[in-house]
Amino acid sequence: MTQVIEKLMPWRAALEARPQGGPRWLQDLRDRAAARFTALGFPTVRDEEWRFTNISPIANAEFVPANGAGPAISEGALTGFLYSDAPYRVVVVNGRFAPELSHLQGLPHGVRVGSLATAVTDEADVVERYLGRLAEFGTKAFSALNTALALDGAYVHIRDGVVLDRPLHLLFVATGPESSAPMMSNVRVLVVAGDRSQSRIVETYAGPRGAKYFTNAVTEVFVGEAAVVDHYKVQQESVDAFHIASMHVHAGRNANFSSHSLSLGGQIVRNDVAAVLDGEGAECTLNGLYLADGDRLVDNHTAIDHAKPHCPSHEIYKGILGGKARAVFNGKIVVRQDAQKTDAKQTNRALLLSDNASINTKPQLEIFADDVKCTHGAAIGQLDEDAIFYLRTRGLTYFEARDMLIHAFAGDILDRVKIEPLRLALEGELYAQLAKDLAEIDAA
Amino acid sequence: MLNIKNLQVKAEGKQILKGIDLHVNAGEVHAIMGPNGSGKSTLARALAGHPEYEVTGGDVIYDGKDLLDLDPDERAREGVFMAFQYPVEIAGVNNAYFLKAAVNAKRKHEGLPELDAMEFMQLIREKSKLLDIDQSMLSRAVNEGFSGGEKKRNEIFQMALLEPRLAILDETDSGLDIDALKLVAGGVNAMRDPKRAIIVVTHYQRLLDYIVPDFVHVLSGGRIVKSGGKELAFELEKRGYGWIETGAQPVGA
Repeated sequence: MTQVIEKLMPWRAALEARPQGGPRWLQDLRDRAAARFTALGFPTVRDEEWRFTNISPIANAEFVPANGAGPAISEGALTGFLYSDAPYRVVVVNGRFAPELSHLQGLPHGVRVGSLATAVTDEADVVERYLGRLAEFGTKAFSALNTALALDGAYVHIRDGVVLDRPLHLLFVATGPESSAPMMSNVRVLVVAGDRSQSRIVETYAGPRGAKYFTNAVTEVFVGEAAVVDHYKVQQESVDAFHIASMHVHAGRNANFSSHSLSLGGQIVRNDVAAVLDGEGAECTLNGLYLADGDRLVDNHTAIDHAKPHCPSHEIYKGILGGKARAVFNGKIVVRQDAQKTDAKQTNRALLLSDNASINTKPQLEIFADDVKCTHGAAIGQLDEDAIFYLRTRGLTYFEARDMLIHAFAGDILDRVKIEPLRLALEGELYAQLAKDLAEIDAA
Repeated sequence: MLNIKNLQVKAEGKQILKGIDLHVNAGEVHAIMGPNGSGKSTLARALAGHPEYEVTGGDVIYDGKDLLDLDPDERAREGVFMAFQYPVEIAGVNNAYFLKAAVNAKRKHEGLPELDAMEFMQLIREKSKLLDIDQSMLSRAVNEGFSGGEKKRNEIFQMALLEPRLAILDETDSGLDIDALKLVAGGVNAMRDPKRAIIVVTHYQRLLDYIVPDFVHVLSGGRIVKSGGKELAFELEKRGYGWIETGAQPVGA
């Protein structure tokens, strides 16, 4: 017990120095979250939700809240994380909105985008009404930590009936440590998409190669009645960084929410996506593609809560693992007693490029209604040797055949990225990383 | 063109081929027949270089080269083609994209410029009519969701595109109805050429009504036990394989 308390010492110091001020409700929220984190402590592998993901390298490290500190960066430093034709963008550097790097001119009338810290005062009503409503922290230590420590982030509010004509890019960058201790950024995203609104939102998390830092992100997305939100999360953190993130989605009647999670970087990565389909006819699509090599760990936990009838959900997650990489996939689907005519489909596939890579996968279906359609399937394996032989008998070399199969595997998810410049950028990044991994395998 | 001497092949630790001798000249069509388990498909797969078939003895000389020394893809680029008995489904790889990659791999090997998309489509149009290949078969993933007939047509279509010098058809007739069989046989016959050799592996004589061979060889117990002209196939049809297995002495034994 003493050991636990000692371990938490630097974290308690950070919590005691948590952001102060602002409206009363916000301070209350921070105070409650800080108290909750102190009570919970970090999860361990004894917690069912963290059984295969040991986060002690995070808990045992001493991270200093970044709060916007660190070297200033120029637009050039963002190049690797931008894609072309993205006119609107919010850049948050080390947990703090960076106005000089953000582009918010020309946004359609009825769309408010910018710093969350600023919105707390400028858009007080909206922020108070929505912030923290989905990301409960009663049992979630990282959400509690984020809620207590988040200083800033991105705020997106689209009024009823408004169509955001072009994709919005939210870019969260770490610059790595200049101080002695590595930094952590507790960033927060709040998206309120009004009834019948339409938008495409890209969240990118990135940092310089080789930098050690910790990103703890929480995103809340409210999708109004008949609204359409197409969300992309691109995780391009440094491979020495820790990335823990959760996204919470509330979808109203006839809303259509789709999420595409593309996870490329990070040493220990946890992506939680939780969607509540809380109106009849709400539709939800969760797609994911992750890549890990070396001794990295990627954990995807998804949860779709079918709370109302006639809601379809579709989910496909795919992973490519090399080296000694490990992955976890846990796909939870809850169908409430009221949620008749639910149609839920979940697929999880992983391609293991090495004998030492592994994945723990678990579908978790909790069905309380009787007139529903729920299917799930998982397939884990190495490259299909028969397919490789077939391609070779048509003149392709072993390497060409292998690349063709791997690209086909990933392409299935990449092809679902509807923002073409983003898709091309991701393909480039993913295939370059794969080529490097495969070259290492061939050299071994 | 192809000279097989005393070829011995093991699969899953079992000796399947126990000494095959076969000589095939350019322009000839040879049929390899035999009962189930006689080693017909093993011969085809070993010639294509399937990694699960281990050559334990003998030689295969193709065009003056030691075929057994070449990787499967090198064999393909040198002009050896095997039509699969069970074509493999390849999820996510577009059939047209795959065909283009295959054609260009061979062209590159031959020192020819690679075909661009336009030139490739031209080639596709030219070759697809004969085998009734429609647009949907090109835009789907390789063999995925193809019917049995479509898969076999796709094999012969690949043969037409790649123009091999030695084509080995492994039970291309299995599972085909008579219309599909005629279509496939028509595709093969259109490729008969004085510069090309074709080996047709089949269990049934029926295919040989449409692809008429110059020579017929009967395989039994891992050896060629009888060779003859096309009339041998008719005799087999009439008398069954039992006639060979019980009555005939292995050739050259």
